[in-house]
Amino acid sequence: MFVVEMEGITKRFGSFVANDGIDLRVKRGEIHALLGENGAGKSTLMNILFGLYQPEEGTIKINGKKVTISDPNVAVRLGIGMVHQHFMLVEPFTVTENIILGKERSRMGFLDLKRAEEEVRRLSEQYGLQVDPRAKIRDISVGMQQRVEILKTLYRGADILIFDEPTAVLTPQEIDELIDIMKRLVQEGKTIIFITHKLKEIMRACDTVTVIRRGKMIDSLPVSDTDENRLASLMVGRDVSFSVEKAPSQAKDPVLEVEGLVVKDNRGIEAVKGLDLTVRAGEIVGIAGVDGNGQSELIEAITGLRRVNAGVVRLNGTDVTNKKTREILHRGVGHIPEDRQKRGLVLDFSIGENLALITYNRSPFARGIRLRYPEVFAHAKRLIEQFDVRTPDERTAARALSGGNQQKAIIAREVERDPDLLIAAQPTRGLDVGAIEFIHRRLIEQRDKGKAVLLFSLDLDEVMKLSDRIAIIFRGKIVGYVDPKTVTEEELGLMMAGGKGEEATS
Amino acid sequence: MPDLTSLIHSAVLYSTPLILAAIGGLYSERSGVVNIGLEGLMITGAFTAAVTTIVTGNPWIGLAAAVVAGVLMAIPHAVASITFKADQVVSGVAINFLALGLSIYLVKYLYDGAGKTPTVPELLHQVPVPLLSDIPVIGPSLFNQFPTTYLAFLVVIVTYIVLYHTSFGMRLRSVGEHPHAAETAGINVIRMRYIAVMISGALAAAGGAGLSIAIGSEFGQTTVSGQGFISLAALIFGKWHPFGVLGAAIFFGFSVSLALIGQIYGWTQVVPSELLSMLPYVLTLLALAGFVGRSEAPAAVGKPYEKGGR
Amino acid sequence: MNLFVRANRQSPLLLAIVSVLLGMVVGAILMLVAGYDPVRAYSALFRTPFTQPFDIGETIRTISPLIMTGLAVAIAFRTGLFNIGAEGQYIIGQLVAIIVALKFSLPPVLHALVALILGGLAGALWALLPGILKATRGVHEVISTIMMNFLAFYLSNYLVRSWLSSGADSTPMIPESASIRWDPLQSIFVNSRIHLGIILALLLALFMYWLLWRTTIGFEFRAVGLNPSASEYAGMSVKRSIIMSMLISGSFAGLAGATEMLGTDEYLTILTFFNGLGFDGIAVALLGGNTPLGVILAAVLFGVLTYGGGTMQFEANVPFEVIRVVFAAIILFVAANVTGWIVERFRRGRKVKENA
Repeated sequence: MFVVEMEGITKRFGSFVANDGIDLRVKRGEIHALLGENGAGKSTLMNILFGLYQPEEGTIKINGKKVTISDPNVAVRLGIGMVHQHFMLVEPFTVTENIILGKERSRMGFLDLKRAEEEVRRLSEQYGLQVDPRAKIRDISVGMQQRVEILKTLYRGADILIFDEPTAVLTPQEIDELIDIMKRLVQEGKTIIFITHKLKEIMRACDTVTVIRRGKMIDSLPVSDTDENRLASLMVGRDVSFSVEKAPSQAKDPVLEVEGLVVKDNRGIEAVKGLDLTVRAGEIVGIAGVDGNGQSELIEAITGLRRVNAGVVRLNGTDVTNKKTREILHRGVGHIPEDRQKRGLVLDFSIGENLALITYNRSPFARGIRLRYPEVFAHAKRLIEQFDVRTPDERTAARALSGGNQQKAIIAREVERDPDLLIAAQPTRGLDVGAIEFIHRRLIEQRDKGKAVLLFSLDLDEVMKLSDRIAIIFRGKIVGYVDPKTVTEEELGLMMAGGKGEEATS
Repeated sequence: MPDLTSLIHSAVLYSTPLILAAIGGLYSERSGVVNIGLEGLMITGAFTAAVTTIVTGNPWIGLAAAVVAGVLMAIPHAVASITFKADQVVSGVAINFLALGLSIYLVKYLYDGAGKTPTVPELLHQVPVPLLSDIPVIGPSLFNQFPTTYLAFLVVIVTYIVLYHTSFGMRLRSVGEHPHAAETAGINVIRMRYIAVMISGALAAAGGAGLSIAIGSEFGQTTVSGQGFISLAALIFGKWHPFGVLGAAIFFGFSVSLALIGQIYGWTQVVPSELLSMLPYVLTLLALAGFVGRSEAPAAVGKPYEKGGR
Repeated sequence: MNLFVRANRQSPLLLAIVSVLLGMVVGAILMLVAGYDPVRAYSALFRTPFTQPFDIGETIRTISPLIMTGLAVAIAFRTGLFNIGAEGQYIIGQLVAIIVALKFSLPPVLHALVALILGGLAGALWALLPGILKATRGVHEVISTIMMNFLAFYLSNYLVRSWLSSGADSTPMIPESASIRWDPLQSIFVNSRIHLGIILALLLALFMYWLLWRTTIGFEFRAVGLNPSASEYAGMSVKRSIIMSMLISGSFAGLAGATEMLGTDEYLTILTFFNGLGFDGIAVALLGGNTPLGVILAAVLFGVLTYGGGTMQFEANVPFEVIRVVFAAIILFVAANVTGWIVERFRRGRKVKENA
């Protein structure tokens, strides 16, 4: 018996076909994985099921009955709930307020929060979620926030739960807990659609998997009949090896030395608390840690974007603590920022201007205060060629490029300046396999040229594959170093959560 | 020298229009829509109240008409900034232009090219509250006021309750903080914002009405002269909280009244009246620069809502 | 501010023309409702500014400060700043210009030059505080410049009453040496009050173009305006750009005030309300798409409407304020990109037909 049947779903955005005649059938009481690369069309399909988009073609049946899901309210009435990748939670509100929002029970318009809290507590216990109904969202962990999202759907009586990339922001332990919760939900009679591009999790948690590539349904098969390699080639459309080839590192003198660093976050609370870190020429140091343990503040402090309250940052032996960003960049730091659209590019500038965003005031682009556009565009042409940035021309606005090509442009700009230290933050987030491979190659190339690379990534696989050493960051401190060749994901996860691990190299 | 009673009395008197307009702004901004147009909405209210009262002879009808006109004048702002996703500041500026131009145009049309209305024949009167007005100092200063003043205080209390203890208020705040979360929770973001902007029109216009049919008795180009902007300052100074806004509005009302009282009691011999008039603006600048600290504007304020986006 | 981006995607000229036409339709409806004849009113409005040399001169005179305040608002916009304070900077510009004209005694030409320069500097100074507050404390410039407008207003009145006149409502006339009227120009336009302000306005437009699109400073302004986070990351000083942009913006508005004082008015009265030239700059900048050429064209249109509006009131008996309503409607239509919406509707309508 199928609970969800989507047939021949087609959705276009302008000339782009996001979903091209996709079929999806989900059985009652199963965990059904929806697998595909970033941009394959998974989220579009689920947004259609949740009523956020309307398909141009195709039919949807819920419990065998044909339905039109015109908006999320209809979806909720049909028993569909969505746990969004970017949490849909109001930060200054409490857990309870977030859960009841839009479905408040009130007496003559007045809220009865006490009763709602009780109800939330009861639901939380029923599914073993252990959420404090009175806590404010801004005070609880990311894992807890996700549970609030789950509770929101349950409170609305959802039987079909869509999880949109739920593990992207979680630690390995939290992922284990989430999978337990999902299994428990299924036992209680729920059906789960699990959007992901992580093969391991599908193998561990799911019953059936449907693979989507470039807007088309490729295959739908029981998980027990397949393996990771097969799924990978279905997803990408060719055989891919997920290992990265690289020679052993030839680490030399320290390029970056951080000692006793103390940095405050936007709220004035210490986010980095006496951190020590060394990155040497010819090695990639990966920083592993749960999001929000001081990574962003550390990057910003090194690059002069945030004030250092105490401690020292040295670059090639020179003290650069609290120097201006411009000076630090020109002293040999390249920075691939974690949010490429917010930090990395001026989206409404041309690609040419973006490629000169850091060097525009130097020769050959500037003479005095005069800006020489012919030079800017000639330089851009070269880089576009060299780094295979797919764009109509160098005068096209950066906004018009795909995510992968935007990231290539940033990498072109940073690598071309030939920095001694390259900081790469979430360099492959949201990109497809082709772009990921390209970027990984470039990072290793820098290392092999004898440059220092400091990698921040929430994707543990990426950290383990690329790094020569892994430093674990926890509550604003480096709590240990591990060797990526010997450490297991479980050990790493434990250290990221504050547990003690090996203190190997340093 | 004026005594304490008359000082408090006039501070409260002159703060009334500010309280109403600033609370109006609070609804709009809590829903995520900046409202620079408060000035224009007050002008609309002052104009409509004066003209309607002249025609009907009844200031209460004038007040009611002002509220309706304020809602109508807020609609272009709502349509432009919510439906058409115009820049909210620009749209608000346009409302100020529109209201002033339209009201003076109509005054000239109605009164043979005159720059202002004739004197309004029948005004709202100050009404003492039984018993309470007998309390020394507080009684005559707080409880012998125009009905619009009592209305303003009532509006503050009701707004507090609505904002923090009703589902409407919770939804309003959610829309201003995280509209996408609100939408996925089944709330109609667009409708909530429309309602909020229209409430702001009603309240700001009621405040403006007080300037032409209670405190003053005519409408002209300079009747409102910047009080909408002071209300905006009171909204920020009061950190978007009803009681904070009340305090800020009374504070500014006090400084507005100082400039006027100053003339009556001859302080202007010592301190020129222009310098007294500058006081609220100087205070606001100082407050913004140092004493307010980190502002707590609703997170989504000023951002047009794109459905389905992130 | 998503404003410029969106305006840049559509053909800016089409956007402007349709918005202006729609705005005038609103004005016509308003006239009809009140029983005026819009055809007569508009024909009076558009005829007079161009008939007599005198009127042409007066129209140009009306246009020149609008170009300057329009440029002032536009250059700030490009840096992501909304300078509502052009009005106050204008007032301070005219105030300082008349102080120099009345209190300094200098030879001709030099006198006018000093008055102009100090007027421009004063405008810059008036914009400096909001710029610093924005750069260092994150105070929104819209609020702070509104406050500065009122401070300028009362300061001007205070100084006129207590220092520049002896308790009267207006100052004496400026001496000949400080005037920027120019005899050859005036003889062409038969005694109109046209002055050298128009030349300065056009030079400022050229300067703005050069600065924004030909220098590294302008590159920084535009980058900061479009994405301050990315600019900061790229090593630019966002604070410096904000403060510099406000200074330049303020000086443009200050020069507008100074030229009006030294060329048009030649004396300063107690202000009863803002004269609105700074606020009009917002409309001019928006309609002009925040480009120098666009600002000039938009200023010409608003100048014609303003000057013609005077004769319209006289000839067709329609109150001048209808022009203010037309301005407001144009701003709304431009800001809401109603043109884009109509074009989109039209295209979709055609597509449906083609498919059928």
